[in-house]
Amino acid sequence: MKVVSARTIDQALAALAGATSASRILAGGTDLVVEMESGRTRPDFVLDVGRVRELRWIRETEAGVEIGAGTTCTDIVGSSELARHADLVVESAREVGAVQIQNRATIGGNLGTASPAADLVPVLFVLGARVRLCSHAGSRELAIEDFVTGYRTTARRHDELIESIALPRRPVGERRAFRKVGTRRAQSISKVVVALALGPRGSGARIAAGSVAECTVRLRALEAAVAAGIEPGTIASAVRLALQHDVRPRDDVRSTALYRRAVLERLLTRLITDLLSD
Amino acid sequence: MKSIFDEGDPIELWVRVNGVARTISVPPLRRLLDVLRDDLGLCGSKEGCGEGECGACTVLVDGEAVLACLAPACQVDGTDVVTVEGAGFERVQAAFLDHGGAQCGICTPGMIVMTRAWIDACRRDGTEPTEDGARIALAGNLCRCTGYGAIVAAALAAAREDAR
Amino acid sequence: MQRFIGRDLARPDGPAKVRGEAVYVADLRVADAWVGGTVRSDVARGVLRGFERDPGFDWTRVAFVTAADIPGENVQALIVDDQPVLASGAIEHWGEPLALIAAPDVATLERALAAVKPLIDPAVGNFDPELSTKVFKSIRIAKGDVDAVFRSLPAGAIVVEGTYRTDSQEQLYIEPQGCIAWPPDSDGTITVKGSLQCPHYVRKALVRCFGIAPEKARVVQMETGGGFGGKEEYPSVVACHAALLARAAKRPVKLYYDRHEDLAVTPKRHPGRVKLRAAFGADGTCLALDADVLFDGGAYTTLSPVVLSRGTLHASGPYRWPSARIVGRVVATNHVPYGAFRGFGAPQTCFAIERLFDRAARELEIHPFALRRKNALVAGDTTATGQLLEHSVGSVQVLEAIAQSSAFDRHAWCVPRAESGAKRRGLGMSFFFHGAGFTGSGEEMLKGRVRVDLLPDGRVEVLAGSTEIGQGTNTLFTAIAADALGVDVADLALATPDTARVPDSGPTVASRTCMVVGGVLAQACAELRARVGDGTGAWRERARRFLASGGDGSVTVTYASPAGVRWDDANYTGDAYPVFGWAADVALVEVDVDTCEVDVLRFWTAVDVGRALQPRLVIGQIEGGSLQAVGWAQREVITTRDGRFEQDRLATCIVPTTLDAPRFDVTLVEVPYPHGPYGAKGVGELPMDGGAPAVLSAIEDALRVHATRVPATPERILALLEDSSAIAARNT
Repeated sequence: MKVVSARTIDQALAALAGATSASRILAGGTDLVVEMESGRTRPDFVLDVGRVRELRWIRETEAGVEIGAGTTCTDIVGSSELARHADLVVESAREVGAVQIQNRATIGGNLGTASPAADLVPVLFVLGARVRLCSHAGSRELAIEDFVTGYRTTARRHDELIESIALPRRPVGERRAFRKVGTRRAQSISKVVVALALGPRGSGARIAAGSVAECTVRLRALEAAVAAGIEPGTIASAVRLALQHDVRPRDDVRSTALYRRAVLERLLTRLITDLLSD
Repeated sequence: MKSIFDEGDPIELWVRVNGVARTISVPPLRRLLDVLRDDLGLCGSKEGCGEGECGACTVLVDGEAVLACLAPACQVDGTDVVTVEGAGFERVQAAFLDHGGAQCGICTPGMIVMTRAWIDACRRDGTEPTEDGARIALAGNLCRCTGYGAIVAAALAAAREDAR
Repeated sequence: MQRFIGRDLARPDGPAKVRGEAVYVADLRVADAWVGGTVRSDVARGVLRGFERDPGFDWTRVAFVTAADIPGENVQALIVDDQPVLASGAIEHWGEPLALIAAPDVATLERALAAVKPLIDPAVGNFDPELSTKVFKSIRIAKGDVDAVFRSLPAGAIVVEGTYRTDSQEQLYIEPQGCIAWPPDSDGTITVKGSLQCPHYVRKALVRCFGIAPEKARVVQMETGGGFGGKEEYPSVVACHAALLARAAKRPVKLYYDRHEDLAVTPKRHPGRVKLRAAFGADGTCLALDADVLFDGGAYTTLSPVVLSRGTLHASGPYRWPSARIVGRVVATNHVPYGAFRGFGAPQTCFAIERLFDRAARELEIHPFALRRKNALVAGDTTATGQLLEHSVGSVQVLEAIAQSSAFDRHAWCVPRAESGAKRRGLGMSFFFHGAGFTGSGEEMLKGRVRVDLLPDGRVEVLAGSTEIGQGTNTLFTAIAADALGVDVADLALATPDTARVPDSGPTVASRTCMVVGGVLAQACAELRARVGDGTGAWRERARRFLASGGDGSVTVTYASPAGVRWDDANYTGDAYPVFGWAADVALVEVDVDTCEVDVLRFWTAVDVGRALQPRLVIGQIEGGSLQAVGWAQREVITTRDGRFEQDRLATCIVPTTLDAPRFDVTLVEVPYPHGPYGAKGVGELPMDGGAPAVLSAIEDALRVHATRVPATPERILALLEDSSAIAARNT
């Protein structure tokens, strides 16, 4: 196994030039080190970007706010810029693991691992995040739904590094909610995780959920129903109908398909009801 | 599989541990926990799970609470590491003794380090230490013996004394 | 004069623990030690034909041990000789040890483990205890005539039934199992140092495995990071394995389990199924109880007979039943053998009877507190085994105390309330007892001994086989010895539990360390004090004078049970335990009706401990044990698939964090036990028995659903709610 520690983005990209499908990027270590310890992953090459300062920043821009991929959950929780523009990201970062994990886990790592249970990803979906990737060949930007492609798979090429995530300015009148249901109140992987961003009445809605399909998914049928307008008394049935095809929850060691579907319906019903009545 | 952490060309790890600068040649992914326990003979930090779930290996890296079982050597190169064997824990240790915060003791080093990290953060941020705050700070440290009451009481007592 | 009894002494082991200087087995530096690993079965049942070893691996670099290399008997000594140290033919559970490997380093060990393949003819295993035909133990308790009562019930009497299930539970000591073994030295003595509760149990196991005399097996307890029963019998397995490797490798071998291996193969709580049928008079008086208890023992007998014993002896609860019949079986399945965990059969049956009482309360429309108060055993009553309760019966006192602290008796339980929003709160209770010490004539058979020796400088050394595993044995023995001798703490030394030095005080289990061993210690100290005599000068001076004058400064006392204790093991009648501890719990929960997540916000408990010799230690046991029970009640899911535990990593084996733990409110009640040291009786396990039914009783108050299975996970609560609303919808 080859291990390279980069100190700059250029060094990282140069090292990534020869990366394969068995190569891994080490950011906070809270996923990769665990996967290696358990025998689940045996990389041929590990690129350590944990000390690349150029990846760890939060900046307000004209369009909104941008977050370097190496920014930790603790950085996110303490950021006044994010509190202003992307409070939901702050809320979800607070629910990651516990303090020691938050001190190391990065937003780039959470995104790059693309676990279906990832806590930050549904939030990034509904806030309309764009992901910037760079490689020795140049850089490109993808909408986050185009970046997360399947179970623990993303559109990142082997030679690419996630550089940053851009979030648009918070639209006026947008109401947001985030909820994670885990196995306990801290240090838990989610059973169901949802994020919602509802525009003013009649305008769009973005709703995403994790742990109910192979990867985080937008609940498009439900979004359309909300945007078209739902009568207050019929929200529960509208949610149930809309969810029929968008989610494929499974039984696993943490929970059951039945529970996940039922809880997703109930949570969305309550959150949509609350947000619409604001 | 532990041997995976032995792979890769060795690096010259420079780290100041409990105030003493050390340089050792180690595999780049060697866990900080193993560097501390096996290479430096500092066995105060414990391995309860090796997966980052129990908190018994909590140490401070550049003042931040970190799980030593998830911290590869290449990422702590050039940093200041403080373990329970270091200085600056006396008030917390006294509080744990006064309140019965240690029973079997295996989670205790991690609890003590995390408590100090919390107290330091309260001081830095100007937040008042509360029971809820202590519980949130210690949520990544599992204890099976005490039911947490005595630990939280100890942490709060130490924090309040520090605030004075 | 009592200077230390009743007042919290500083923990002697405290300073080392808070400084990270306490030495657990993994902290020991042993030069030239190799590391060991275990080759295990990956099927739950089959026949081992042999091993295929990759010739590409240099096997001369490691030690490889199979059953053929066992010098003594291939028997893991415990109660029945059915468990081998290493399988030699039949494989009865997933993860069964087949062979052992020791290597100079971890990388070589991992390569060697990957280079060996056990050749197994798999067979179909049975995982359903209801279908098992192999009974490890059956027990029958009978009092009065249950059938006659059911045949002719008085007017207004009701019959309440229920089937209650408790799933397995993992002890989750934060320090995994492990030991270091040295090869036999020049006189053939084997030494093992490890994380363990019972050094003399481990010695017995080594004696059988190696075919040696007891003096040739030396077992030393290291600082132990939690046990809770999980390190009662299993360390004997680890020790035999490590010692076999040390013998083969001719050097010390460290055999440490990582968390994954520990979760996958070590014994856990026996899953239980309890069927109850009870008759209550119209005024709520208990009339008759019919109980059928079934425990899954897993693949080998291990401690199952004793677990069943305690389970059946607690099945009728702390209640006065004129007629009762309790029939219990513990059977074999191809699960990993189940074993000791705090409570040891009682949490399973206490859960059932308490849930039944709540059901009866609803049917009778009597408050659950009042129903328990009415039927609580008091001094002068007899239990289901016909034991007359004489001493230290704090049943009514703990009920009164819990009413005082929690106001549960004034709470309108299970009465529909006008509520809105997503949260529902509920309050519920449990009432329970726990026999302290070994069952029946167990303590008499154990003959637990303690020795106290005068050291040349006049200090006293306490030598006991009881271990400090966090519960405070060292602190407690220091307090008892100091007061019994009339000395200062500095005049005492506690010997490390090393079988080469300390007598067998019996195992550190069964809530007996304070009551039984502490009592023997107090006696030994009193005798030594009497021998040395009160004279002029401080203790050490007097002691040195005594020794100088040729006095014998060594006192050994053996436990003798109080006169009149009678137990009939064949018929299960008589005095089951020397004395019982009594307690009542009340839990306040908040349930989210959307997700069915339950938060236990507060937990009140009132506990009769006889006498709190060290209040802080007692409260520590009560809060710690209660949180384990609360965790079990809600979220400590342990399931198996094809005989393999599914929660084999800490990420999936869930125990409570600080944010999942309630605020505790403990009331200590003291109804002294005349045969316990200074009035004390056992407390270690009692708190485990009541937490689960209290939490489920609170959930019932919040949601009006009667959960009958532990853990009551959100998934199961949701299913209950949907069933009940489906039933309600059908009825409208």
